[in-house]
Amino acid sequence: MIKLTVNGKKKTFTGAPFKRLIDVLREDFAITGTKEGCGEGECGACTVLLDGKPVNSCLVPVCQAEGRKIETVESLGTPEKLSKLQSGFLACGGAQCGICTPGMLITAHAHLKSGGGRDSKSVRTALSGNLCRCTGYQDIVKSVISAARSRKK
Amino acid sequence: MRGDAKSMTVLSPRSDAEALKTYAKFPGAIPFAGGTDLMVAWNLGLLNGRAVLDLSRVAAWRKIQVVSDGVDLGSLTTHVQIQAHPILRKKFPLLVAACATVGAAQIQNRGTIGGNIANASPAGDTFPALAVYEATVRIAAPAGRRAVPIADIFAGVKRTTLKPGELIEAVFLPFVKTPARGVFRKVGTRAAQSISKTVFAGLIWTAKSGMVEEARLAFGSMAPTVRRLHAAEAFLRGRRLNDVAIAAAAELMSNDVSPIDDIRSTREYRLAASRNLLVAFLRGKGDK
Repeated sequence: MIKLTVNGKKKTFTGAPFKRLIDVLREDFAITGTKEGCGEGECGACTVLLDGKPVNSCLVPVCQAEGRKIETVESLGTPEKLSKLQSGFLACGGAQCGICTPGMLITAHAHLKSGGGRDSKSVRTALSGNLCRCTGYQDIVKSVISAARSRKK
Repeated sequence: MRGDAKSMTVLSPRSDAEALKTYAKFPGAIPFAGGTDLMVAWNLGLLNGRAVLDLSRVAAWRKIQVVSDGVDLGSLTTHVQIQAHPILRKKFPLLVAACATVGAAQIQNRGTIGGNIANASPAGDTFPALAVYEATVRIAAPAGRRAVPIADIFAGVKRTTLKPGELIEAVFLPFVKTPARGVFRKVGTRAAQSISKTVFAGLIWTAKSGMVEEARLAFGSMAPTVRRLHAAEAFLRGRRLNDVAIAAAAELMSNDVSPIDDIRSTREYRLAASRNLLVAFLRGKGDK
């Protein structure tokens, strides 16, 4: 039995310990905001925070999440009350097809929360493990910077 | 077939002693640290039915310890931990720079220095830096412990000289006298997430006269394992870094490296790019 905390709630998993964290989140816990892109740690679509740090959930077997804190895109806001970052993506057109968006949001959230730079270069470096195949990087970076500014106010 | 979680046996030792004992009992188990390479193979269905030795709970191997003559990096130290460590940033900047080029944040948060070495990719970005710092790999086994120079841990592509039952417990970095200059350079398709076409680390010490006291030059992705340029290093010792000496040193590169054509690059491109990196470094250009 594996115990972990997901978005502040204590969870228990009793299946195969080598099941990938992304599959446990989506199939066992029905927390489906996190998407799978490549399944080989290249695209960052499946990024979640493990003890506050971005990791690819397709490369983490749930046995290595035992006793640890997981945060997914669902921890950011709700449709009724979006987080500033989510509002930034909405305002600046940061989402196109949407598959990379949960990973972009949670990675950017970790970057801003940890006091990372709000300039374009810092944001681009922070998001360099998150690929967008709609080629929407300009607006994604704009979204993060605009959200960072509104956070500061 | 994709990875089948139910087919896997997970062994979860809680200490270094228990890890060694468990590994001795299950010699077919795959040591598992950050999983950034292993999980890729597993997701493709290549490791179904195997046992994995999950080392993530071995706290003793997760520490960075500064001692009198160097720094001891526990094998489970992540690329992010290395980048964040103030002494490593000051004393071993080429290793810090190398760690910043491995994948991106998601990989650097998970990938470990010991796992990187055990995986023994010809393109391992940290290896040229470890080679010029003359790091030592500390190995543990039930029978006892041993240490080998970084150059001797690699046997070939994806192969190490680790013996059955042995696990990497730490990497020791001896302090070096501050060099005149040092550089880490990686050439890939893009800045993040790419595997190196060629990767270089160089350290050079010069006398007041400008004469080279010592040069340490290493390339990755240019041979089955990381290579020091022994011939060029020996040639440069005692010489001044003028254009003639630099050109001659660059010619000697082929004594120690021999790259291949593969999916990421060609032999010709690798030789040309590596030569340019070496010449730029010796001329004192492009330093960081």
